[in-house]
Amino acid sequence: MLKYTIRRLLLMIPTLFFVALITFALAKAAPGSPFDRNPDKPPRQETIDRWNRFYGLDKPVHEQFILYMTNVLKLDFGISVVRQRPVSDIIGQGFPVTAQLGIQALFLALAVALPLGVISALRQNTLVDYGSLFFATVGTTIPSFVMAIFFIYIFALGLKLFPVTGWGTPQHMVMPTVILALGAAAFLARITRASMLEAIRQDYVRTARSKGLREQVVIVGHVLKNAMIPVATVVGPAAAGLITGSFIIETFFSVPGIGREYVRSILALDYPVIMATTLLYAFFIVVANLSVDLVYGMLDPRIKVAK
Amino acid sequence: MADLLEVTDLHTQFFTRDGVVRAVDGVTFQVAAGETLGIVGESGCGKSVTALSLMRLIPQPPGKIVKGSIMFDGQDVLKMDDDDVRGIRGNNIAMIFQDPMTSLNPVLTISRQISEALELHLKMDKSEARKRTIELLELVNIPSAKKRVDDYPHQFSGGMRQRVMIAMALSCNPKLILADEPTTALDVTIQAQILDLLKNLAREFRTAFILITHDLGVVAGMTQRINVMYAGRIVEKADTGELFANPKMPYTWGLLRSIPRLDESRKAKLVPIEGLPPDLIAPPPGCKFEPRCQYRRDVCSEKEPELKHIPGAKADHEARCWGTQEGGWLVDTDWRREIGDTRVIEEIKQETASVTTTEKPGE
Amino acid sequence: MATASTTQERAAELNVLARKQRSLWGDALYRLMRNKAAVAGLIVIASAFLIAILAPFLAPYSPIQIPQNPASQMEPLWTGSKYTDPRYLLGTDFLGRDIVSRLIFASRVSMVVGFVPTAIVFGLGVTVGMTAGFFGGWLDQVLMRFTDIIYAFPDFLFLLIIVASFRNSPFGKVLDGLMLIFVAIAIVGWVGVARLTRGQVLALKEREFVEAARSVGATPRRIMTKHLLPNALAPLIVTAAFAVPSAILGEATLSFLGVGIIPPTPSWGQMINEGFPLFSANPWAVLLPAICISVVMLSFTFVGDGLRDALDPRMKT
Repeated sequence: MLKYTIRRLLLMIPTLFFVALITFALAKAAPGSPFDRNPDKPPRQETIDRWNRFYGLDKPVHEQFILYMTNVLKLDFGISVVRQRPVSDIIGQGFPVTAQLGIQALFLALAVALPLGVISALRQNTLVDYGSLFFATVGTTIPSFVMAIFFIYIFALGLKLFPVTGWGTPQHMVMPTVILALGAAAFLARITRASMLEAIRQDYVRTARSKGLREQVVIVGHVLKNAMIPVATVVGPAAAGLITGSFIIETFFSVPGIGREYVRSILALDYPVIMATTLLYAFFIVVANLSVDLVYGMLDPRIKVAK
Repeated sequence: MADLLEVTDLHTQFFTRDGVVRAVDGVTFQVAAGETLGIVGESGCGKSVTALSLMRLIPQPPGKIVKGSIMFDGQDVLKMDDDDVRGIRGNNIAMIFQDPMTSLNPVLTISRQISEALELHLKMDKSEARKRTIELLELVNIPSAKKRVDDYPHQFSGGMRQRVMIAMALSCNPKLILADEPTTALDVTIQAQILDLLKNLAREFRTAFILITHDLGVVAGMTQRINVMYAGRIVEKADTGELFANPKMPYTWGLLRSIPRLDESRKAKLVPIEGLPPDLIAPPPGCKFEPRCQYRRDVCSEKEPELKHIPGAKADHEARCWGTQEGGWLVDTDWRREIGDTRVIEEIKQETASVTTTEKPGE
Repeated sequence: MATASTTQERAAELNVLARKQRSLWGDALYRLMRNKAAVAGLIVIASAFLIAILAPFLAPYSPIQIPQNPASQMEPLWTGSKYTDPRYLLGTDFLGRDIVSRLIFASRVSMVVGFVPTAIVFGLGVTVGMTAGFFGGWLDQVLMRFTDIIYAFPDFLFLLIIVASFRNSPFGKVLDGLMLIFVAIAIVGWVGVARLTRGQVLALKEREFVEAARSVGATPRRIMTKHLLPNALAPLIVTAAFAVPSAILGEATLSFLGVGIIPPTPSWGQMINEGFPLFSANPWAVLLPAICISVVMLSFTFVGDGLRDALDPRMKT
């Protein structure tokens, strides 16, 4: 088990390396540079040369890459071209906001999705079931910014309950968190329901009933334990999805998180920020994928206890 | 003294989109205390559904026990309220299921799965239950029971798992155990061990057994009486010895004839029963076996025969066939000789061959 | 005495199998048609298709030309606000262009963006996945490593990076940015399909009918096209059904962020992007394209779910 984990962790490194390489290549291949943002007043050539020298952009491309990667190992992510600040500062400021948003959304999603999925499976074809199926469909289908539009129209402009944009007070946090949680909740509810339905159909449920156990004991003691395994394994990727997917919500609601910064840096071709954030996101995704197998190993005795 | 179990005119049906499936269509039988009854039939004949009905384990939609009574120990199971039925399950009646891999919960230890019933019905506390669990595992011949009691089902082999299921069924000393194809999912060599175990346990604890299987070989050595089921009804019932020596219903003949035998010549073809089981939603109007029966006559497709005693056979031997009833055309048939059983024909050929070479006929 | 064929004949004689039997695909189609939500979805999609094709005939005004005396930010007629203009049923945007016409023409973008890249993704992905799965070896290994890397990128952000990097290039300006979007979606998407196909092929490869085909001398190409592909088709169809809305959503999000379709060509995402700064003053300019996106997405989801239920009998919930 430990050996497997270590092997997977080591595999992460070449994966991240290639991610960096591809991102770097794309950023470099893109025409235009961060310096010509103002087409009416292009900077003078010597200014450009000076900037290029400062940022090391005048060196050959592969040298730039090597230089960049060695710095990364020293945890130096360079200086943002657009903001003129160390990238680590920018990330350090934005990431906690995104993390807070993501964690809030995750808890909300779990709190809603798990009970909903379980009840919906137990009360198939009733109002609750159809309601939760509808919720799951809508939540996973309608894109978050579209949801956000509807929400803002009803709650912010219409009922005037929440401010439209911004971050800081609890009221500001409600809409972004709810909308971000929506997609995850819908997805998790769907999986929980499917998993419960699958588990309840198994033979061992019949065996449990044949022993005279009350239905409640059967569901909680036998079915839930099995049904929650697939759900638990999916929480890791869901969390990663929330963190890496918050950029739309952040852009929409002007939340000062790393996602919004990421979008800005891509649009402005601010390489240092693009590289650093991409690596950060890729790291989360790879860890989340690894967590799936690990959680499975921890929860399912068939995998945990080797023969 | 009344029997331990008296099932009278049981009807269990499943209500599906395509129609009502009459899975158990009027079944009546009895099991005395300590007795082993075999229920034999093809897949889909209703034998498993009968067993599940006895414990009211039929899933309520889409299934329903629509008629009949099940008197267990003097009480009608079908009239009990839910709590009482649960009190019986695992306690007075227990069930052993066909596939031990899927019938055991993979994420719970077998200690937990066996102790559950003990704690629930016998009100044992955890340590008592654990002790008893280990005793039970030893009883079913699981080696190193003390060490293995906290293992998970997947850590056992198929035969071991079935033993665990048997231990689970025995745990509260039930008066009746329903064994639904207990050896079908196992290797042939393990089958023998498990059947032996069941036989010994039946004898030692005087537990009544209902052994459900499609395998006639299994019931031959294990049961005192046999019910042959077809299309949801019992079509022949007799003591075990009587059934094998003197089967009277064409379906039973078909079953016996279709067993491949080791002493058969390799050129002999397998003899299946032609045709397919009837559609249980829209069964044929007369005898349900009539479409596949080689001995049928007109009356067979018109009306369904009752289960009646066969004239000339032992007292408890009954069959559901027009041909075997009073004055019927099959009453005196010796199925082996008459029907052109290939093996018997071989035997006869050999008998007569040896007569002509060394002896004069008639001497 | 009796053989298998005799039994069959007898069964036929006896008419024991009373109920009709359908072919696999016929059965699936039948079940799909019984799914009301899926049928509704199909109708909506077909309508959207028609609207897209007939756009020039249906739209009352030009979607991109700014009128002479623009009446900008008009509300839809049924709101009853004082900012309405009887000429414009659903109002106008900030430049005075008719929203109805823009919505109609925007459907073209969505339909094209949905189906074209999906076709490319599947053509490429299935071919590569099948080859990798069938032949194995180094090709398979390379493909697996490659997909691992692509998977490490969050889907949409990869799309964003590609599009943002090249949108200022000449290539990025083809078809008002549509070509770049197609290519980007294709690059991001084909990997998943390849992986799925490969998985299917690996599972099917070991089945007896492949061995049988091989023993008769079928060439690899024949095995792949006539044997493996039809059997692997079901999950691929379902994936395709969900890939289309995913592509549409990708374009909408890109346009919303300002890096998608190049204005003044309308797309629903683009309309949201343009209308958003004036949301509180002119909400319907944003709400209407949002509704369009929602309806189309929901329709595809219903169809996709319906296909999944119809093609996989085991997954009845």
